[in-house]
Amino acid sequence: MSSIGTGYDLSASQFSPDGRVFQVEYAMKAVENSGTVIGLKGTDGIVLAAEKLILSKLHETGTNKRIFNIDKHIGMAFSGLIADARQIVEIARKEASNYRLQYGVNIPLKYLNDRVSMYMHAYTLYSAVRPYGCSVILASYEENEPVMYLIDPSGVSYGYHGCATGKAKQSAKTEIEKLKLGNLSCKELVKEAAKIIYLVHDELKDKNFELELSWVCKESNGYHVKVPDSVFAEAEKAAKQAMEADSESDTDDM
Amino acid sequence: MFDITAPAPPLWSNGPSPGAFYNFPSLQSAPSDFVTHSQAPVTTATSIVAVAYNNGVIIAGDLLGSYGSLARYRNCPRILKVNDNIILGAGGDYGDFQYIKDFVQEKIVSEECLDDGVKLKPKSLYCWLTRIMYQRRSKFDPFWNNLVVGGIQDGNVFLGTVDKLGTAYTDKIICTGYGAHIATPMLRDALDRNPNPSQAEARRLVEKSMEVLFYRDARSYSKYLIGVIDKDEGIKIEGPVEVPTNWEIANFK
Repeated sequence: MSSIGTGYDLSASQFSPDGRVFQVEYAMKAVENSGTVIGLKGTDGIVLAAEKLILSKLHETGTNKRIFNIDKHIGMAFSGLIADARQIVEIARKEASNYRLQYGVNIPLKYLNDRVSMYMHAYTLYSAVRPYGCSVILASYEENEPVMYLIDPSGVSYGYHGCATGKAKQSAKTEIEKLKLGNLSCKELVKEAAKIIYLVHDELKDKNFELELSWVCKESNGYHVKVPDSVFAEAEKAAKQAMEADSESDTDDM
Repeated sequence: MFDITAPAPPLWSNGPSPGAFYNFPSLQSAPSDFVTHSQAPVTTATSIVAVAYNNGVIIAGDLLGSYGSLARYRNCPRILKVNDNIILGAGGDYGDFQYIKDFVQEKIVSEECLDDGVKLKPKSLYCWLTRIMYQRRSKFDPFWNNLVVGGIQDGNVFLGTVDKLGTAYTDKIICTGYGAHIATPMLRDALDRNPNPSQAEARRLVEKSMEVLFYRDARSYSKYLIGVIDKDEGIKIEGPVEVPTNWEIANFK
């Protein structure tokens, strides 16, 4: 056996002598094997974009989605193991529904984030369970205010203006940092998001992918929905053009 | 030795008599003392009047919440848009209606979450509600309501109702509560003479019914909501509409 865990990686309920929980770190590895997902907060809402890697040509297009609706006003994108993520989606929907039945108003994302992240965290505490192999981005637009959180397999969550997770999260983050998020509207961000996903996609390692775009913003009346087909087509076109321009300038350099 | 002549010991002692429950000595109340508040309505709403016309459904219900014979609340809307093809009206216990409304709406949200383009259809909601009402009455804890479901399904007009016992039927005119006695005969008569009313004609019938019901039904109110679902125009819920009253016709003034 390899010596990486040296016996301390068999259980999520045991620390290693240098203070790490290996099972949680392995869960994060599972996230890093999966397609990139980003979330961008604009002036009037949030855009979520996912790079859905296609593992088999036999898959139908539009299946195994990476972006889900949690409630009318909340969206969730994930990277990692799809089956794990679907369970998170399910409990998030239940929490949102429960909150509305109890209090008669939509759940504020802050509260949903608390509940979902504590749920995921609970799975890092016991030897009988394994942590969730997925990171999720929660996004909503409430009271004219965009809100976004990213939750890791460890159960840690932060609020973000722009976030990325998955395979190319580092380069995606670098790209996001170049944007002036405070000045851009969702309409502009959709294009930027598509560009980033196309840019960080590694054509050599993963051949095919499907782009997924959703938003929750003023334009969509505060509902989380897939971006309209026309907007999607435009964004994808812009992304492809940007890639072509990029590769041309690359050849010029040589 | 064993004495055959001695009387046999009792087979069963200190237990309940056959067919009865055992009463534990420390138990204060007998099991029959359950409180059964749910077997009577509290704050109630009166009739619903609904008419299917050639292109859709019109449905009306007043805004009164009665506490017995006391006109307690005057703003209790009970015509509900469920989704783009369904409209729901309810009479009876207002609290039960609000609870039904909550879980019906939650169903719609969970359906929209799936985002597969499939929408709840009126017949499905109607059938689902019959199951719920029947299940609750079978538990001796009924939802004390008359529910009226109107809608458009695959280009056809649908109108159906289910009551607190789970009895359900579809018809071109549906009136619940007091309206079943007062408005149904009027509407049947009107529909016999004009079997395919237009929206405007159907609306006049509903408005007339609401007017008569306001005069005749002591638990009714002059303000009501009127919901229209039309194949072309979609759903709109209007109101409060006021009944035009004329007290000159009253005998005793």
